[in-house]
Amino acid sequence: MSETERHTISVLVDNEAGVLARVIGLFSGRGYNIESLTVAEVDAANALSRITVVTTGTPMIIEQIKAQLDRLVPVHRVVDLTIEGPYVERELALVKVKASGNRRVESLRIADIFRARAIDSTGESFVFEISGSTDKLDAFIGLMEPLGLVDVSRTGVVAIARGKEGL
Amino acid sequence: MASRDMTGSEIVIKALIDHGVDTVFGYPGGAVLPIYDALFAQNALRHVLVRQEGGAVHMAEGYARSTGKVGVVLVTSGPGATNAVTGLTDALMDSVPVICLTGQVPTHLIGNDAFQEADTTGITRPCTKHNYLVKAMDDLPRVMHEAFHVARSGRPGPVVVDLPKDILMGKGAYRGPDDVPHRSYRPAVRADRDAVAEAVELMATARRPLFYVGGGVINSGPEASKRLTRLVRLTGYPATVTLMGLGAFPASDPQCLGMLGMHGLYEANLAMHDCDVMINVGARFDDRVTGRLADFSPGSKKIHIDIDPSSVNKNVPVDVPLIGDAGTVLQQLLRAWKALERQPDRKALAAWWKQIEKWRGRDCLRFAESKTSIKPQHAIKRLYEKTLGRDVYITTEVGQHQMWAAQYFKFEEPNRWMTSGGLGTMGYGLPAAIGVQVAHPESLVVDIAGEASFLMNIQELSTAVQYNLPVKAFIINNQWMGMVRQWQELLHGGRYSESYTAALPDFVKLAEACQWTGLRATRPDELDDVIDAMIATDGPVIADIVVEKEENCFPMIPSGAAHNEMLLGPDEKAEAPVSEEGMVLV
Ligand SMILES: Cc1ncc(C[n+]2csc(CCOP(=O)(O)OP(=O)(O)O)c2C)c(N)n1
Ligand SMILES: [Mg+2]
Repeated sequence: MSETERHTISVLVDNEAGVLARVIGLFSGRGYNIESLTVAEVDAANALSRITVVTTGTPMIIEQIKAQLDRLVPVHRVVDLTIEGPYVERELALVKVKASGNRRVESLRIADIFRARAIDSTGESFVFEISGSTDKLDAFIGLMEPLGLVDVSRTGVVAIARGKEGL
Repeated sequence: MASRDMTGSEIVIKALIDHGVDTVFGYPGGAVLPIYDALFAQNALRHVLVRQEGGAVHMAEGYARSTGKVGVVLVTSGPGATNAVTGLTDALMDSVPVICLTGQVPTHLIGNDAFQEADTTGITRPCTKHNYLVKAMDDLPRVMHEAFHVARSGRPGPVVVDLPKDILMGKGAYRGPDDVPHRSYRPAVRADRDAVAEAVELMATARRPLFYVGGGVINSGPEASKRLTRLVRLTGYPATVTLMGLGAFPASDPQCLGMLGMHGLYEANLAMHDCDVMINVGARFDDRVTGRLADFSPGSKKIHIDIDPSSVNKNVPVDVPLIGDAGTVLQQLLRAWKALERQPDRKALAAWWKQIEKWRGRDCLRFAESKTSIKPQHAIKRLYEKTLGRDVYITTEVGQHQMWAAQYFKFEEPNRWMTSGGLGTMGYGLPAAIGVQVAHPESLVVDIAGEASFLMNIQELSTAVQYNLPVKAFIINNQWMGMVRQWQELLHGGRYSESYTAALPDFVKLAEACQWTGLRATRPDELDDVIDAMIATDGPVIADIVVEKEENCFPMIPSGAAHNEMLLGPDEKAEAPVSEEGMVLV
């Protein structure tokens, strides 16, 4: 068996009812992995949404996933950012930490190192906003765990190719 | 802006007519009453009233596959739509262009668990090529035209258009179909030129070449079969055909090795195993064809023509993919082949043919005739011989009889053979035959049936009567779910759990009750007369052919085995018991 790879795929779709269900149904129906999936409209004039999906599989499976996505009727374009060239990936998380005393200070210090911003605070809690790579978010959340991590909300990955070309 | 002078229902019907539809298979209900009202007021469209919506979809499939046109179904909301699901899945698996119009509760009630509401687009999303819920009147003409475009272009398939009742009753403006390309769905038709060049080079270097021909050739239209036949004859290479491809290449051609796969011919499967260059034209490396993947045609370079890129490299890695319509790509290959300077190694080819003739010499379809009971193989062979030269269409149900029909009935042309391949839907054959007969009223249409499958859509007997459709049901009646019994015998220690139908109807009386003609043959010497009488009868006929009960279908590649591990007959036992991996396979 060949090695499993992780790929970030951008999919430009018609922003119409059911399109997300089609994509998700494709993954669940055919047993493909979804590590993360994000979707939002990116071109209101043409009613286009962009889906970013991070998936894992053997090269043969990854090829299948792209071909299967591409044959969905409302799909305009499928681009495998992982093989098309350099690209940037970002994820955003809101992280709630409940801590007092030293732990409270420590959480602020770590947030500072990670360039996370406190966007809500009470006497005994913070909500941090942090963006960056999935690994960076994982690391930050890992460090917050012992300090009083209460809640996490993550967007999933969005990605875009480097350079001047559009999708 | 055009005046809003048509109802939604009228727009639906106008769109059907503009797309050349002449027949709709359907069943009424509350949500589609407006369409039935509009049907009542016109004469251009013929409506065939089925007896259950499941039958309507198979009829549309039979109609579509025998004509190359889109089959159209009309059903009501809720149970009407859910009854259509099996047929839609069948059409998806076998790439049949079908449009299914479903009624829906009015838009303001959607999501309220209204009477006869079902989430039809949700339920049918995985079993259609695409589906639509029309929520705005202005979308209706575009959606109707798009549905036809999607159903018949690229790899054909079923499309559902869900029509809320308020849309059907509201007023709107009609726009005719236009040539504007679809926003996003534009399947490739011509293959890449360099890939074509690479493919013919590879074909020319072959020492043991083989064409592997599938249903994609038939879907592409009759011209594709002609081009394929020309190319195969030009090369002198052998060709094997899948269950779905039967008729795409003439069975009587000496270069035709017959069907391959689980119940395929010895020579076809061994040629597949041993070939060095495989030219797959419109087939999809289905598991019924490949057997154990790890040992599937291990030494061959593979060329794969397919209009659906997702079929390429799905199960079997290929060396030269040619993405495009089979007919177009075959034309490209023909040109490139004729222009080629390099000539294939004729000596190697002669040696390959010699090997193939040796395999053919095994005469794998030979079976022991009987004087006392009718052998099922013999019955189908006689049906073939007695209908030879006639304008005949064959449908089947699912089971042993289906495989025997594929083995013993020889097809010279495309669109003559309708069987449920991908889904294996028992109950397909009778309604499919009715759909074929609607399209070809003068032809001989025979459903080669198993008695168990036949009961699954038995209600459609009365549909045939209502429309004077003289379909013939040729029931290979072994009283068993023969294919299940065979697997239980070979794989489950002969424990025949629930595979015997202890109470079957008397099919002759059943025929008579439904105003069909009923005939029966129980002894070999009765068979020919019954076949003759069946053909000679003007109306619909059930011919109940009571056959040997425990005959098994050979050759057989046991599940999980490779092509060269085929069982040829009842006296052969598999060298090794079926592996655990094989046992879990379907
Ligand atoms: C709807 C459906 N249910 C179950 C099956 C599983 N199945 C495959 S063949 C078969 C038996 C068919 O019996 P019959 O129609 O008498 O044909 P025979 O094999 O005896 O020729 C069954 C139950 C199926 N293919 N389709
Ligand atoms: Mg039977």
